[in-house]
Amino acid sequence: MPDERPIPSPNPGTAPYWKAAREHRLALPRCRDCGKFHSYPRARCPFCGSPRLAWEPCSGKGTIYSYTEVFRAPSKAFAGEVPYLVAIVALEEGPHLMTRLVTADNTSARVGQPVDVAFEDLDDEISLPVFKVTQP
Amino acid sequence: MTRALCGIVGIGESAVGKVPDRSALQLQSDAANAALTDAGLSLDDIDGLITTPVRVEPWNMPCGVVASYLGVRPSYLSTLDLAGASGTAMVHHAAMAIASGQCTTVLCVAGQNLLSNRSRAHAVRQMAESGAAHPQFEAPYGPLVASNYALIARRHMHEYGTTEEQMAEIAVTMRRHAGLNPNAHKRDPISVSDVLNSPMITSPLKMLDCALVSDGAAAAIVTGAERARDLRQKPVCLLGQGYGLSHSYIGEYRNLPTCGAVESGRQAFAMAGLERSDIDVAQLYDCFTITVIIELEDLGFCEKGEGGAFVQGGRIGLGGELPVTTHGGLLSGGHCGLGGGFFHVLEAVRQLRGSAGARQVENANVALVHGNGGTIAIHCTLILGGEEAV
Repeated sequence: MPDERPIPSPNPGTAPYWKAAREHRLALPRCRDCGKFHSYPRARCPFCGSPRLAWEPCSGKGTIYSYTEVFRAPSKAFAGEVPYLVAIVALEEGPHLMTRLVTADNTSARVGQPVDVAFEDLDDEISLPVFKVTQP
Repeated sequence: MTRALCGIVGIGESAVGKVPDRSALQLQSDAANAALTDAGLSLDDIDGLITTPVRVEPWNMPCGVVASYLGVRPSYLSTLDLAGASGTAMVHHAAMAIASGQCTTVLCVAGQNLLSNRSRAHAVRQMAESGAAHPQFEAPYGPLVASNYALIARRHMHEYGTTEEQMAEIAVTMRRHAGLNPNAHKRDPISVSDVLNSPMITSPLKMLDCALVSDGAAAAIVTGAERARDLRQKPVCLLGQGYGLSHSYIGEYRNLPTCGAVESGRQAFAMAGLERSDIDVAQLYDCFTITVIIELEDLGFCEKGEGGAFVQGGRIGLGGELPVTTHGGLLSGGHCGLGGGFFHVLEAVRQLRGSAGARQVENANVALVHGNGGTIAIHCTLILGGEEAV
């Protein structure tokens, strides 16, 4: 197995997500029938089954639903980054996302903290949504 | 009166732990042979075979690879992949194949040389990249499989006040049970402070909160309940089973501390016509310590949020109110991948036969076995009983 960091490979179901992220915007599919956002992206609304979905911008605001500080990297690709914070963020719009929490102090992370999206440019095509604790 | 769906009539294990001189297929052959001997059957009696995928070698159609290696010519073959729930699900799938008349006697076998094939580090990496984390929306952030469970643990601590000491208690209990199991991978006793002081892997989970990486294989022979009565061993019957799925990826699941074990348990108890208080011993899937707490709650052995307190005070140990995972489980008995949860089924059979030796639970008549796959994603619960439970 190569030691490169895993880079997302967009497919027809996810390309709009990564296109928006490349432009440093967070977008998710929203159902035109029931009005709910969902994640991860599906071909039909997982709540009502409707195929009438549209990609809509999200506010990029949410709260930390859970987090873990990773001390042992899954592969050499991440070894230089430990310890780092992997988190699940509950977005204002409802869906949850796994993400990285970018903070100067890993020990300051708390469940429920408000966070804002930011973007890490991995290469020329992919930017990864990460989150930062909201500054008061 | 409960109807028996099938009988487990033979069980066998390969050597477990570090077994550098055996390949995946040799380990499976060792386990299958031991199960046949235990049942007093030969390969000619086997007309069904169920196995799982392995990680150490690329097997096209694993059920075909295993069947032809062993020299079985089954009329029913299946490769089952419910991740960690495969062990329990194999028994139910065997029961369905028999009930439909497709075959009469099914060999279920799974395992591999997960530790010795490469290394523990390689196995950990392979697991992290095997799809447990969504390849686009999760893997790029660098979670271990353990990190996914750490996210559950952190949320459980937040919602219910569960503590790291409570989780450690499970690791200590599993090690104590493994000490009574001659085939367990790790048998030296550990204390709560050993767990708390073991290296932090992905907070709040430490090294000793995590399952082992082991070599090993397990096998069981399943046949119709009628035929089971005429064979060598006291048959162990399948009384009920259930499945539950709450999500496939942890990042998008919005109700973390609760899982599909609620539904799999509900179905299994309803089918068996039994209550939680009827369970004498519970073989719960223990890939991480937090997993056991959530299963105890969601299967209904305690209230939601009380799992942490439930595992304290010796309640889940031998001699306790509900002995749990009496062979030492994945935390100390051994974890060989998809076959890991099958050892829990074998241990339930031993308990119900009364052949568990130093770790025998007194008057064990009904056992629950629970398998959990993915990140508390997919669940298969079995309720097993001796003939007196039928």
